[in-house]
Amino acid sequence: MEFCAHARAIAKREWSAYFHSPVAYVFIVIFLALAGFFTFSVGGFYEAGQADLRGFFFWHPWLYLILVPAVAMRLWAEERRQGTLEMLFTSAVTPAQAIAGKMAAAWGFLALALALTFPVPLTAAWLGQPDWGVVVSGYLASLLLAGAYLALGMFTSALTRNQVVSFVLAVVGGLFLILAGFQPVTELLARWAPAWVVDGVAAFGFMPHYEAMQRGVLDLRDFLYFGSATGFMLFLTQLVLANRTGR
Amino acid sequence: MIKVEHLVKKFGLRTAVDDVSFAVDKGTVLGVLGPNGAGKTTTIRMIAGYLPPTAGAVSVNGIDVVADPVAAQKQIGYMPENTPLYDEMTVAGFLGFLAELRGFSGKERDRRVDAILEKCMLAKVRHQTIDTLSKGYRRRTSLAQALLHDPAVLLLDEPTEGLDPNQKQVVRDMIHAMAQEKIILLSTHVLEEVEALCSRAVIISEGRLKADSAPADLKKRSASYNALTVELLAPRAEALQAFGRIPDVERVEFVAGDDRKQVLRLVPRDRQSLAVGAVETAAQHKWMVTEMRSDPGRLDEVFRQITTTADVAKPAV
Repeated sequence: MEFCAHARAIAKREWSAYFHSPVAYVFIVIFLALAGFFTFSVGGFYEAGQADLRGFFFWHPWLYLILVPAVAMRLWAEERRQGTLEMLFTSAVTPAQAIAGKMAAAWGFLALALALTFPVPLTAAWLGQPDWGVVVSGYLASLLLAGAYLALGMFTSALTRNQVVSFVLAVVGGLFLILAGFQPVTELLARWAPAWVVDGVAAFGFMPHYEAMQRGVLDLRDFLYFGSATGFMLFLTQLVLANRTGR
Repeated sequence: MIKVEHLVKKFGLRTAVDDVSFAVDKGTVLGVLGPNGAGKTTTIRMIAGYLPPTAGAVSVNGIDVVADPVAAQKQIGYMPENTPLYDEMTVAGFLGFLAELRGFSGKERDRRVDAILEKCMLAKVRHQTIDTLSKGYRRRTSLAQALLHDPAVLLLDEPTEGLDPNQKQVVRDMIHAMAQEKIILLSTHVLEEVEALCSRAVIISEGRLKADSAPADLKKRSASYNALTVELLAPRAEALQAFGRIPDVERVEFVAGDDRKQVLRLVPRDRQSLAVGAVETAAQHKWMVTEMRSDPGRLDEVFRQITTTADVAKPAV
C-alpha cells in the first residue's frame, strides 16, 4: 500500500538521520544518566526498601518535558529550514504519510531509549520481588506519555523553521499538560474559576492518567486519553502542514 | 500537456502571480523568463502542486493539480530552486529514499538508482554525504532526483544557476537529449540558455505574462532587429547621404572607415528589411559592397524592453 510504503521510507530516513547526528547518542546517554540519577540518588530507591519502580517512573514526565522536545524539534523545522519540505511534498507524499513516518521513527527511538533502562527493573528483581504486571504497565504508561509529548513537539516543530522556538513552545506546552492536573494548580484555579473550568483544565492533564497506569491500573479511559491527546496534536500538525502547502 | 489557466496567487495583499495562462505540449522546452521576484518560482510551485493557487486552474496531462496533487506529482519531476537536499545523507542513500517515495523497492529501486547515478554522472560521489558535494554535484543530484521515475513532465527551477560553463553544458546536453519525449519547463534568467535550449519562451514580469513566443520571434521585437550593417568602398559623406534617402531607413550610423572603405549601420524605421534598398542604392552609385549583414535582434534587449516598460507604466510608490 502506498501509504505504508511512503510512511516506511520516511520513517527509515528519519531513524538513520538520528544516528547520523550526535542527537541520538547524546539523548540516550543523558536520558539514561538522568533516569539513573533521579531513581537511585534523588528518589531514594535503596532507602525506600521496596522492590518497585515508583521512584523510577515518577521522574519520567519531567525528563520527557525537556528531552522529548529536543528529539522532536528538528522533525519539521529542519525540513523547512533546508527547504526539503518542498521536495518531500512534491514527491507524491501527503502530509499524513510524512507525519506517520516521522512519528514512527521518533517514537521508536524513544522506545529504544526507554528499553535501555532495563537494568533498573533488573536491579529491583535482584533485590526483591517486583510485581511484573505493575512494571509492564509502568513502561506502557511511560511510552504513551512519551508519544503524547512527541506529538506536541511535532506540532510546535511544524509551526516554525526555528528549532529553538519549537523547543521552547513544546516545553511550555508540556509544562501546561503536566501541571493541569496538579493539585496546587487546580486549587489556585478553584479560587476564582467555576468548577467546570477547573474540571475541564484538570481533565487535560497528563498526570492523573499517567499515575493511574503507574499503579498498575489499566483503564480503557487512560488509553483513550493518551490516544486522543496524541491523535489530536498530530491532527493539528496535519492542519498546519496542509495550510502551508495547500493540502 | 501542462495547462495553466488564469492562475492567480496572492500572499496577503501582495499579488505574486496575476492571471497567467499558457499551455505546453510534449516535445516543447518552455523557458520561463523574468526578473527576480517576478513570480516564476511561485508559478512553478503551483504547477508542481506545492502551493495552492488563489484562483485559476492548473492541469498536468489532464490531471487537475489542485484537486489531486499526488496523482499529478506522479507525472512530474521537479527540481526546486536552490537544490534543497538532505545534507547528512549520502548521494546513493538520498536517491534510494526518493526512489522509494516514487514507488520502487528492492532490486528495482537499486537498479533505478544505479541507472540515474550513471546518467547524471554521479557514480563517483555515490558514497559521499551531500554536504560535502560541490555546487555542480548538488545540482546534478537534484536533477537526478527529478528524473528517477522517468516523468512525462519536468519542472526545473533555475537548473544551471551557479554552475561553471562546463557544468552548464552538461546539464544543457541532458535537457536537450530529453526534449523530444518530454514536456520541459525551465525557469532561468540566463538569456543565452533560452536561445540554446528552449523552443518557446514566456516572459513574466510583476506576476503577469508579458510575452509568449519562440525565442527567434521574440528577438524580432528588439529595436535593433533588421538593422543592416554594410561595408562598402565609397566616399563617406556621399554614402551617408545616399543611404539616408532610402524611405525605410530611420537613420544611418557611421561605424568605422577610412578614405576608401566605410562601415555603416542602417537602422530601419519599423524593423523592415533594408537589404534590397541598400543593394539598389549601392548599385546606382557603382559602389562595391564587400559585406552586408542584418541584425537578428537581441533577446536581452527585448527582455529589458518588456520588463522595464512594466515598471515605468506603473507609478512609483
